[in-house]
Amino acid sequence: MTDHKSGIVQGATGAWEMVIGLEVHAQVISEAKLFSGASATFGGAPNSKVSLVDAAFPGMLPVINGVCIEQAVRTGLGLKAKINDYSVFDRKNYFYADLPAGYQISQYKQPIVGEGEVVLDMPDGTSRKVGIERLHLEQDAGKSLHDQDPSLSYVDLNRAGVALMEIVSKPDLRTPEEAGAYLRKLRSILRYLGTCDGNMEEGSMRADVNVSVRKSGAPFGTRCEIKNVNSVRFVMHAIEVEAKRQVEILEAGGKIDQETRLYDPNKGETRSMRSKEDAHDYRYFPDPDLLPLVLPAGFVDGLKKSLPELPDEKKARFVSEYGLPPYDAMVLVGEKASADFYEAVAKGRDAKQAANWVMGDLFGLLNKAGKDIAASPVNPKALGGLIDLIADGTLSGRLAKDVFAFMFESGKSAAEIVAEKGLKQVSDTGALEAAVDAVLAKETDKVAEYKSGKVKLLGYFMGQVMKATGGKANPGAVQDIIKNKLGG
Amino acid sequence: MSELTELTIAEALAALRRRSISAKELTDAHIAAVEAARSLNAFIVETPLHARAAAKEADARYAKGEARAIEGIPLGIKDLFCTKGVGTTAGSNILRNFVPPYESTVTQKLWDAGAAMLGKLNLDEFAMGSSNETSAFGNVANPWRRKGENCKLTPGGSSGGSAAAVAARLCLGATGTDTGGSIRQPASFTGIVGIKPTYGRCSRYGIVAFASSLDQAGVFARSVEDTAILLGVMAGHDPKDSTSAKIAVPDFSAALSRGVKGLRIGIPKEYRVDGMPAEIDALWKKGAAWLKDAGAELVDVSLPHTKYALPAYYVVAPAEASSNLARYDGVRFGLRQPGKDLTDLYERTRAAGFGKEVRRRIMIGTYVLSAGYYDAYYLKAQKVRALIARDFAEVYKNVDAILTPTAPSAAFALGEKSADPIAMYLNDVFTVPANLAGLPGLSVPAGLSADGLPLGLQVLGKAFDEEMVFRVGRVIEQQAAFAAKPEAWWRVA
Repeated sequence: MTDHKSGIVQGATGAWEMVIGLEVHAQVISEAKLFSGASATFGGAPNSKVSLVDAAFPGMLPVINGVCIEQAVRTGLGLKAKINDYSVFDRKNYFYADLPAGYQISQYKQPIVGEGEVVLDMPDGTSRKVGIERLHLEQDAGKSLHDQDPSLSYVDLNRAGVALMEIVSKPDLRTPEEAGAYLRKLRSILRYLGTCDGNMEEGSMRADVNVSVRKSGAPFGTRCEIKNVNSVRFVMHAIEVEAKRQVEILEAGGKIDQETRLYDPNKGETRSMRSKEDAHDYRYFPDPDLLPLVLPAGFVDGLKKSLPELPDEKKARFVSEYGLPPYDAMVLVGEKASADFYEAVAKGRDAKQAANWVMGDLFGLLNKAGKDIAASPVNPKALGGLIDLIADGTLSGRLAKDVFAFMFESGKSAAEIVAEKGLKQVSDTGALEAAVDAVLAKETDKVAEYKSGKVKLLGYFMGQVMKATGGKANPGAVQDIIKNKLGG
Repeated sequence: MSELTELTIAEALAALRRRSISAKELTDAHIAAVEAARSLNAFIVETPLHARAAAKEADARYAKGEARAIEGIPLGIKDLFCTKGVGTTAGSNILRNFVPPYESTVTQKLWDAGAAMLGKLNLDEFAMGSSNETSAFGNVANPWRRKGENCKLTPGGSSGGSAAAVAARLCLGATGTDTGGSIRQPASFTGIVGIKPTYGRCSRYGIVAFASSLDQAGVFARSVEDTAILLGVMAGHDPKDSTSAKIAVPDFSAALSRGVKGLRIGIPKEYRVDGMPAEIDALWKKGAAWLKDAGAELVDVSLPHTKYALPAYYVVAPAEASSNLARYDGVRFGLRQPGKDLTDLYERTRAAGFGKEVRRRIMIGTYVLSAGYYDAYYLKAQKVRALIARDFAEVYKNVDAILTPTAPSAAFALGEKSADPIAMYLNDVFTVPANLAGLPGLSVPAGLSADGLPLGLQVLGKAFDEEMVFRVGRVIEQQAAFAAKPEAWWRVA
C-alpha cells in the first residue's frame, strides 16, 4: 500500500519513507537560441530554425545570448536564490545524432544560480519550504525522428541550441503530492516571471525524478533517476510506482542499483534505461570558445527592481489586503491571469464575494468548458457588473447565478441579459404582497402550523413565493412581508 | 620567373599605386608561379578565377583612385580558413569534399581590403603536426634543400603550405594559424617572416578549430613590414568570436621605424636546451648582439616553468581537439561511411576520415579528460599553464621583449621524425610557451645553417604589444640582412 499524501510505502517489514528530488528542465522564453541567432520559438518545418552554429559547422563559434542570461537571473531571483556573478560554461561530451557538436554546452561546477527555495502550498492550506540546489543554463538537443522511414532515422535541429534552465531541487520532497505541488508552484513562478511557458505537453518543461526509499530516520538509500517525465500527474504516479518497486526489491533482500529509468505511462511502470556501468563519461571541461560569464555591476539589482510581484507575495497581499482565507488566496494566485482577473473584479467591491464568484462559478464553468481564464467569455468588467447588480438589489443571488450562466454562454453583459430576459428582481411591495397573499391563501394548513410555533416553515413559504415569481422576487423583502402578515 | 613575384607587399603596393604595374600583371605572374610549382604540393586548391576577378576589380579601383589597404595583393590562404564556395579541407579526408557556405572573418577582412586569393594551402591534418606530413593531401616540400643535396625537406608545420608558398615566391603573403608554433616554426624553416599575434587579436570565426584556447590566426610574408601590413588588415574585434579582444588595432607599420634604443630585451636561460645545435646558439647570441649594437639593453631572465610547457601543451591541445573534432561524425557534412547503426556509422566514418596523428590526439585528449584522470592531467596542465603565464608576466615587469631561437633545429628531412611523435613534438619547444600564455611571437630569418638552411630568431612580446614585437623584429631583419633564397629546383618550364 502506498499513500499519495503520506509518502509512506507500507511493506512487510514496516513503513518506508520516500525521498524525492526533481531536476526540472525549463525552456527559456527568448527570441533566439542560447548561443546563436536562430529562432527559439516552438514549431515550424523541420530544420527551418537552424543556424550554422546550431548545426556545428566547422569554425562556427557560440556567442552568449544576453536575454537568456537575464531570464536565468530573473528566475534565480524568483527562487530567492544566490546569483553567481561569475559562472562558467562547460562542454558535456557525448555522441548522438541530434547533438551536432558532439557536446552540449552546459554549466557544471560553476552555475549561474546557487541555492534558493520554493514554498509549497499544500491543499490543506499549510506551507512547506523545499530547497533549490542550483539553476544552470544549457543547450537543448535536437530531435531524432525514428518514424519517418523503415530503416533510417531523421534529425530535426529546430530545438538544438534552445536555452534550457536546469533547476535542481534538494532531496527535500517526501510525498508524490509534494512533488506535484513543487512542480505546480515552480511552473507558477516561471510563468509569473515570463521566463518559461511551463507547457509540459509541448515539452517546454520536463522533469527528471530522483527517487529513493528508506526506513524512517535511516540515511538516504540508493536512488534511481526517472528521465523526462512530462506531466505533473505522471511525475506523481512514477514516484509512487518506483518507490513501490524499490521497497519490493529491498524487502526481498535485494539492493537498488543506481541507474537511469524510463517511466511508461501506458503500463504504469518504470524500467531500466541504462545502468551506472553504462553511464556516459561526459568529460566535462570549460568551453574554451566562451570566456567565463561575469555579470556586470548593477546587472542583478536592475533585474531585481523589474521583477513582478510573485505568487508568494501576492498571496500574502491577498490575505492582508482583501481579507481572504489563505486557501482562497493560494488558489487565486496560482495563475497570474486568475489573480489579475480577481483583482480587477474585487476592486471597489466586496472582496470575499468577488473571490467566491471567481473561484466558484467562473472556475466551475471554465473547467467544464475546458477553457483557460485567458479565454473566458466573461471578462472581469462583466463579472464586476453582475456583482454590482446584486449589490444594488437588482438581482438576487439566485438570479445572479442564472444570469452568469447566460453571460458565460453569450458573452453579453449582466445588464443586457437582465433587460432581455426580464430577470430583474421584484422589490415592488405591492406586487410582492399580492404574491405572498396568494401563497398564504392556498397554504392554510401550513399557516396554522406556523402560527402554532413551527417557524421553520418560513423557508417553505419563501420558496413558494420565489417559485411563483419565477425567482425574481427580492428575498429580503419577501421575508419581511411574510413575517409581517403572519404576525411573526 | 618574374620580378613581380620577388616584390614585397610594400613594394607591390607602391608600384600599383604608381600604376607602374597592374594588379592583373601581378596576379598573372603569381598564378603562373603557382602552376609551375605543383611539385612542392603547397596548394590543395588553386583558385585562379578568384584571383583574376579580384585583380580586375583592383585595377578598376586603382584607376578610380578608390584602392583599399591591400588592393590587388595576391595571397595564399591556409586551408583551415573557411572560404565561401571554395573547398575547405583542413588537410583531412573527413572534409575532402566540404564546401563551406560562409567565409571566415579573417579572410573576409582580407578580401574587403582588396586582396586576391590564389588558392588554399596545404597543412598538417587539422593543423596537428610540425612537418606537414600528416596532411591527407600529401606532404609539402620545403623550397630549401641542404647545400649540395637533393633530399626533400619538411617546410615545417602545420602551416607548411603557407610557408613554402611564400618562400618559393608563389604568393606575396599567406595566412597561417599557430596553436603551438605552426606559423613561427615553418617561417624559420623556410627563411621568411611569420607572426602569431596575441590570443584574441584575430577572430577565430570560420577557422576550423584545433585547440580553441590556443589557436590564433597569423600571417607569413617575406619582410617584417609585410607581416605588419597584413596583420593590420586581419586583426580586430569580432562579435562572432567571444574570445576576440575588444582592443583597438594600432598602426603596426608605424611602429617599425622606432628602433630598439633604450629597450630592455630578455634572454631566457631556459631556452638553452640539451642537444641544440651550436650554430643555433651562436645565431641567438648574434641576434642579441645586433640588438645591443642598436641600443638595446640585454637582460638575462628566467622563465622557470618552461620545461613543463611542452607536456602541458600536449595535454591541453589534445583535450580540446578531442571535443572540437566530435562534430565530424558523418551526420551533417563531410565524409560519411554508412554503418549498420549510429555507432557503426560513427566508427567507420571517423576511422576512414581521420589520419593517424589526429586519431592519436583524439585518444590522448579523451583520456586526459576522462573521469579519474581529469585532475591528474587536464587540471594539472591548466595549473602549469597559469604558472607559465605568470613567468612571463614577472619577466615583462623588467623587459620589453624576449629574444629566443624559433626552433631547436633547421628543417629536417621528410620522414626523419614521423615515426617518433615525441621527437616531432620537441620541435615546438620554443614556440609552445607563447601559445599557452597567449602572447605574440614573431619569427625572423636571421642566418643560414652550415648546410645552407635558414634559421629564425623569435621575438616574444607582451599581450597586445605586437608593435614592440615588430619593432624588435625589424631591427633584427635589418641587421641580419638575410637575402638568401632557395633555388627554384621545383619549377617546371
